[in-house]
Amino acid sequence: MTQDLEVFRAETRAWLEANCPPSMRTPMTGEDDAVWGGRNYEFKNPEAKLWLERMGAKGWTAPTWPAEYGGGGLSADENRVLQSELKKIGARPPLFSFGLWMLGPVLLEYANEEQKKEHLPKIVRGEIRWCQGYSEPGAGSDLAGLQTKCEDKGDHWLINGQKVWTSYANYADWCFCLVRTDTSVKHEGISFVLIDMTTPGVETRPIKLISGSSPFCETFFTDVKIPKGNMVGRLNGGWEIAKRLLQYERTNISGFGSNTRVDVVDLAKKHVGLEDGALEDRDLRARIAAHKMTERAYALSVQRAQEEAKAGGNVSHMASMFKVAGATLNIDRCELMVEAAGNRALGWSGEGFTPDDLATTRGWLRSKGNSIEGGTTEINLNVVAKRVLGLRDTQ
Amino acid sequence: MTFTLNDDARMLKDSARDFFREQAPVTRLRKQRDAKQNGRDPELWAEISALGFAGVIIPEEYGGAGLGYVALGAVLEEAGRTLVASPLHSSALAGASALLLAGTDAQKAEWLPKIASGEVIATIAIDEGAHHAPAKSKIKFEGGKLSGEKKYVADGHIADLFIVAAADALFLVKADTAGVTRRELVTADSRGAADISFAGVAAEKMNGGADIVDAILDRARIGLAAEMVGAASEAFEITSEYLKTRKQFGQVIGGFQALQHRAAKLFTDLELTRSCVLAALDALDRNANNVAEYASLAKARASETVHLATNEMVQLHGGIGMTDVHDAGLYLKRARVTEALYGGASFHRDRYASLLGF
Ligand SMILES: Cc1cc2nc3c(=O)[nH]c(=O)nc-3n(C[C@H](O)[C@H](O)[C@H](O)COP(=O)(O)OP(=O)(O)OC[C@H]3O[C@@H](n4cnc5c(N)ncnc54)[C@H](O)[C@@H]3O)c2cc1C
Repeated sequence: MTQDLEVFRAETRAWLEANCPPSMRTPMTGEDDAVWGGRNYEFKNPEAKLWLERMGAKGWTAPTWPAEYGGGGLSADENRVLQSELKKIGARPPLFSFGLWMLGPVLLEYANEEQKKEHLPKIVRGEIRWCQGYSEPGAGSDLAGLQTKCEDKGDHWLINGQKVWTSYANYADWCFCLVRTDTSVKHEGISFVLIDMTTPGVETRPIKLISGSSPFCETFFTDVKIPKGNMVGRLNGGWEIAKRLLQYERTNISGFGSNTRVDVVDLAKKHVGLEDGALEDRDLRARIAAHKMTERAYALSVQRAQEEAKAGGNVSHMASMFKVAGATLNIDRCELMVEAAGNRALGWSGEGFTPDDLATTRGWLRSKGNSIEGGTTEINLNVVAKRVLGLRDTQ
Repeated sequence: MTFTLNDDARMLKDSARDFFREQAPVTRLRKQRDAKQNGRDPELWAEISALGFAGVIIPEEYGGAGLGYVALGAVLEEAGRTLVASPLHSSALAGASALLLAGTDAQKAEWLPKIASGEVIATIAIDEGAHHAPAKSKIKFEGGKLSGEKKYVADGHIADLFIVAAADALFLVKADTAGVTRRELVTADSRGAADISFAGVAAEKMNGGADIVDAILDRARIGLAAEMVGAASEAFEITSEYLKTRKQFGQVIGGFQALQHRAAKLFTDLELTRSCVLAALDALDRNANNVAEYASLAKARASETVHLATNEMVQLHGGIGMTDVHDAGLYLKRARVTEALYGGASFHRDRYASLLGF
């Protein structure tokens, strides 16, 4: 067993050595370096394209998915080896994808054979880019209050309504979407459907964020017809799938921000300076140290959860806890970076600031969304209190 | 000590409130930002000056109103509420204070009337690196010539007059003097600033040493803290209004106890900070002997409060708070700039400890 793993490690190392292009072994410089794939994706760097193609062909963008759906077919142990080898050479993720992080896992669990064969391989290879049509103007934290209507028209479903905060809807090829198929009940009247964004009647309008970029949209559906085969799971059975997907999403968001180029300690050393080897601002030093401890505690807990999951423990309830902890950690890190960089992190554009300075500012502003997207910190704390601790509104 | 405004200050505050709400609401900042003005709004400054706000602390003999810091603090608080982009703090408070404390009779006579009328914009040039560290200045003055660099000077891109601080001396430099180079900074708060270099520039020495530099800075800190309390108050009020209107789960979100406590805690924090800022302004007008203590107290607490208030503003608005069309982001960005200027919470906690002797 361990022997096999060592063989696998040697093979993996050799393959990565031969196939991971040099520029893909350098740290990402910012959000712009993320490769999202999709029909209309324009690669800024040809090596990024090559890297995605090679990893996609091996199924290593989705290492543990079954090979029959294009995945890598690796065991959890093999995947750990792969991840550690990737980390060793500082490889960039070949693909950022809601398909990989959120949709794929629930398709594996809930979709029929035809749907899996159709969608999973394209997710693995980064050919189709997905967006998440959950939130609506009146349904954010109270997601189950959603109103986007889906009617049975015999040979097709007819969809009317509006989604909001749909990340990258303007770039997405397809949308996994929650719709109302029964207005007489709340949670039991929701279904989970897949919508091709090129269908007539789908319209997206980008919304600008406080960080200056426009990563999300308002999405409108006006008399959108989709095939009957595009519903995942049973009619009115979407809420269970929706929640499961949120668990995957939350686990994922909690890992945000770990792959950044500039470390807060280096930034502080550079801008605050040292006195007898210690950061001159002792107050900031203590707070960065506390942050580093929480970061370590978080990493250890993730590791522990993985070990317990492997041993067969049920760790699904941990998703909300990790989401809160991970989002808080990233937000704190960004605040400390801004504080450490002083007025260098208070610019907006222009020559007075370096690209790293500006990335610190913009990254800090973007991080504020971490405690909102994928369910707010408050809602996730409610989940922990109610479902994990058993604390109810009325006992 | 008093926390109650006298009639003059009360009237000034009311008129500032009306004026800023009507003529300089947040939409005005937004408009000038979108037009890439980077804080330039000369028409607004002319109107502000015409109302006498630029001369509040300047004595009548120099063309001001001589009303003192409590009164100017009240105006700054109102300006902070709507994120007014103007050199009110840097010129009418910091620049004027510098001249009042360190100006020679001739310098006062030449500049104070022009600052009071708004005709001249003055600012203090303090920091030389990424962080506030006035004691570490490397400014040199030899044979009447000034050399060195200043960073992120508030309103430095629009100022006509710099009061440049060395570690233990102050100098007056006109912005158009040969050898002055400024690099305009496009800043996160859309207000603008400048890095300024002085290459053997003709400068006039002012009175006073390190203690006067500190005294001027304390005035700047307290005045800025007043602006910050205004911004934090507005951020809080907008947020608590939202808690009363936004509905989820069939009820207003303000009905959730978790959020009620957050709002109540923020309110408590804000009121504690307001007391510190009012007391600090009053200490200036009383010429109290512990102004430094009050300044660090007010600036540290205002930094913490505006930090919390603006973070909560974004978070409690949910998705809408992350969008550029909402004002939360504007409050957040201005907050961080004011936190850093003239020393943040960490700097002032340290200084407070030193002042208290531990
Ligand atoms: C960067 C970003 C990307 C996003 N991407 C997507 C996407 O791709 N697809 C998608 O569908 N959605 C997306 N969202 C939307 C996100 O899921 C919602 O914003 C979120 O669920 C909150 O909903 P809301 O904005 O309506 O806020 P609200 O639900 O109105 O919440 C407002 C405030 O009230 C609090 N609150 C609400 N209910 C309670 C309660 N019971 N107890 C205590 N506090 C409560 C919230 O925590 C929040 O602080 C994104 C959001 C962001 C910021």
